[in-house]
Amino acid sequence: MIKDAPGARDYDWWMLAIIAAICTLGLVEIYSTTHGSVLAGMHMRQIRWLVIGAVLMFVFSRLDYHLILDQAPILYIIGIAALTAVLLVGHTRFGAKRWIPILGEFLQVSELVKLIIIIVLARFFAEVRTDELSLQDLIKAGLLVGVPLVLILKQPDLGTALVLMPMLIVGAFLAGLQWKHAAVIVLMGVLMLPVAWHVLKPYQKERVTSFMHPEEDAKGSGYQVLQSKIAVGSGGFWGRGFGNGSQNQLGYIPVKYSDFIMSAWAEEQGFKGVLLALGLYMALLLRLVQNAQRAKDRAGMFLDMGVTAALGFHVLVNVAMVIGAMPVTGIPLPLMSYGGSATLFVFLAIGLVMNVRLRRFVN
Amino acid sequence: MSYWFRNDNRLPQERLAAASYVIVGLITLLLFGFWKLQVIDSDKYGQLAERNRVRSIPIIAPRGRMLDRDGRVLVDNYPSFSVILLRDDMAAVDKSLPAIADGLGLSLDDLQDQLGNTKNLPKFQPIVIKPEATPADVAFIESHRADIPLLEMLMVHRRRYLPGGFMSHASGYVGEVSEQQIEASNGKLRPGDFGGKSGLERQYNDLLVGTDGMRRVIVNSVGKEVGRLTEQEPIPGKQIQLTIDYDLQQVAEAGLGDKKGAVIALNPQTGEVLAYASHPAPDPNDFAVRVSKEEWQRLNEDEGHPLLNRVTQAQLAPGSVFKIIMATAMLESRIPPENFTAFCPGYGVFYGQMHKCWVYGKSSHGSVNLHSALVRSCDVFFYNVGMHLGIDNISKYAKMLGLGAKTGIDLPSEESGLVPSEEWVQRVYHHKWYPGSTISVSIGQGSVMVTPLQIAYVVGGIASSGEYKQPHLLKDIQNVAEKRVELRENTVEQVTQGLYGVVNEAGGTGNSVKLQGIEFCGKSGTAQMMSYSAASRLGLGKGKNDGWFVGFAPRRNPEIVVAAVVEDTAEHGGTAAGPVVRDIVKAYYEKKDKKTHGQTTVEYKDKPIEVGESSEKKEKPAPKPANKPEEAAAVVAPTSAKKIREN
Repeated sequence: MIKDAPGARDYDWWMLAIIAAICTLGLVEIYSTTHGSVLAGMHMRQIRWLVIGAVLMFVFSRLDYHLILDQAPILYIIGIAALTAVLLVGHTRFGAKRWIPILGEFLQVSELVKLIIIIVLARFFAEVRTDELSLQDLIKAGLLVGVPLVLILKQPDLGTALVLMPMLIVGAFLAGLQWKHAAVIVLMGVLMLPVAWHVLKPYQKERVTSFMHPEEDAKGSGYQVLQSKIAVGSGGFWGRGFGNGSQNQLGYIPVKYSDFIMSAWAEEQGFKGVLLALGLYMALLLRLVQNAQRAKDRAGMFLDMGVTAALGFHVLVNVAMVIGAMPVTGIPLPLMSYGGSATLFVFLAIGLVMNVRLRRFVN
Repeated sequence: MSYWFRNDNRLPQERLAAASYVIVGLITLLLFGFWKLQVIDSDKYGQLAERNRVRSIPIIAPRGRMLDRDGRVLVDNYPSFSVILLRDDMAAVDKSLPAIADGLGLSLDDLQDQLGNTKNLPKFQPIVIKPEATPADVAFIESHRADIPLLEMLMVHRRRYLPGGFMSHASGYVGEVSEQQIEASNGKLRPGDFGGKSGLERQYNDLLVGTDGMRRVIVNSVGKEVGRLTEQEPIPGKQIQLTIDYDLQQVAEAGLGDKKGAVIALNPQTGEVLAYASHPAPDPNDFAVRVSKEEWQRLNEDEGHPLLNRVTQAQLAPGSVFKIIMATAMLESRIPPENFTAFCPGYGVFYGQMHKCWVYGKSSHGSVNLHSALVRSCDVFFYNVGMHLGIDNISKYAKMLGLGAKTGIDLPSEESGLVPSEEWVQRVYHHKWYPGSTISVSIGQGSVMVTPLQIAYVVGGIASSGEYKQPHLLKDIQNVAEKRVELRENTVEQVTQGLYGVVNEAGGTGNSVKLQGIEFCGKSGTAQMMSYSAASRLGLGKGKNDGWFVGFAPRRNPEIVVAAVVEDTAEHGGTAAGPVVRDIVKAYYEKKDKKTHGQTTVEYKDKPIEVGESSEKKEKPAPKPANKPEEAAAVVAPTSAKKIREN
């Protein structure tokens, strides 16, 4: 039953349909938030990113993921080098050095690094042969993630740095993380919190304090969250209608086409719209897990679940921020938020998943 | 290619399944979060969104204008702009306050005080921080819309009064409502609103004030107006027509001029006030914006008491004008009888004390009856009348005729004057009434006090045979209170004949203000502020008087009665106040004359004088023969004449 060239029907068309639906919601809301403003036409640029992303996804899916995993060490070194480079020569936008110009567009290196870490972790955990993850291996995995994490924090980009954590945690968990280790890690994490506080940049601290006490910071990030909550709440069950959200249209919602796009969506489409959007995300994530369950080997499963962890974390943190349940971190909502690098990352990640799927029956 | 990690298909299915449950669980939690915001608290956030988006800016309703009886505008409005501060976001206000103070040229301390004072008002109510915005202020607000989105322009209507304090005591003035008024108004008033503070502005505030409208505009997140919602039109205040006659008012104002005093002209048949002046008069235009503390203090401390509304609030000794009341009391009570005569040697001794007549030292009145006593204002005659009547009778009749009580004019803060009585002295001074005091009261001195309005009201009432109409300034007033005092025909006839004689008979104290062709009656009064001897001791030479004159025409059922008082004058009432009254009565008839000429010829059947037909005047009927010519000489130099005042 050798099948060297996987056919079109082996793609996960259900998942692609879900992705297409989410992208449509995103485009609708990007249009709604930007038409009639200086940013008009942004939805067209997003479509371009989506097309490029889809093409890359299909190209990426044709390449056997084992070949990619073989190159993990080299990819890791490239990733670290790129992060270092961006710190030295990167382009500063919005107060952070995250961008390097590629093909006339500014791309965020850290998005690429996320993908590399998924691959590196998959390779690492796949090589762990024991049923239970030893402390030694756990520490090794931690170090693998720790180096790029510190470099990303230096940019500074707390949001992206944080995304690396669930990849590590989910990977370790599936690799047989022992409960006692988990307990120790949680304990250490709690003890490290005060130290972490000192490491945070002033604006990051402000975001945390304003999350705790939003009323003390009426115009800062507390204001952003409050306005986002007002937008969501005023949408009600049925929503205020496409293009009719006053919070959205009058500019009360911050970066409404990107990080806070869910806020604008919730205002204009109401709870029913949220139900649709979150339902689609849940379907996507469950579908990803299902793909992992059906992976041919552990390496494939770790790739799938790395992608699941990254996307799931994005959705959770972004949506929780929109409803004021988490501090503002600047993590976009996958496939809905406007953004080149983030979109490309998601499609490349999905490409990996397709890659694993296409090779379910090979050998 | 290394294959050593391939083909390891031991998948941790349990843990993968757990991951699915975690995903479902987290998405469900998020949905709960949305449910809370969008379904449970939806109304609250809907309101917050609305407050974000909609800014309510009041549209100030103009106050009603005031017109004179012929429809001429007496009090008007003009548009002006105020700067208002939106206080929804107090943190932002605090932050921007220094910049605002700087930009608008205001004192930061004052602004902070104002904010402190209005702390308890609802946050959505803007406050006026600068009443009269300059073009520079407008430019400042427009250019800082983005960084200081807290300022707005508000069109308001300011009051415009006739200049120079014209009629200002009747019209009153408006001012910013006080915080207490705002709290008491149940949200109807806002800081910066204007309300009537005195006079008609206060009396008819409820009529004059309109209902402000509301402009609801949509603003974006930087405070820029991007659209409009429903507009609630303001309801302008009602225009009120006054009984004031602008022409007569002008004569009244000019008549008083720089003099300190008051004039009131009434139509006793209707109670309509035709002219109303009190001098000195503040110019209410000075208060139309905001009166400074210094200006207010200056007005309050001014020796001329410009804020005193003398027509209704000056309580003065009426002097000889009071003899009208005395004469009426005598005729009504028949104490002493009608044919009572007294001999005036220039003074009289009562209760062991000498009381001078005003002609003392220069002349004497000789034998006088009621008529000649009125005409020549003989003090000695009325001393005798007062002695016979006694204070309680005087008090009874004075009160019956309308003194010692408010007339009920439609103005705030009217004073009631004072009519002394035994009971009053007992109550206030805790001693018995000194009979000697009665003698002073008989000639309107002592503790008797009246307002100019009361004099016009009472004299008009007596001449109208006891028919009193509540004085009023609002033309369409509902329910003019009426009062009927039973007076015998003989009483009215005799008193009015006496008052006719004052003006028209040779030797009458008001002879100098006689009007050709008009049945003009009146009585002068000169109430001494300081006794002659006291004035001499102070080196003033002459005492200061309050000069009174009350006049009316025609003799019976007059159409116009005018009372005037000139304070602190060295002159006799007949010369100080008499011309003021005469000019108004004259102007009244000239105007009436013009009107009747323009219409049809009117026959004056029951009137003794043909008014308005100046070309062929009939001889005035002289009810009583003129008095002796030598007594008229006493009138020529009345300025030196003094009356006695006793406290």
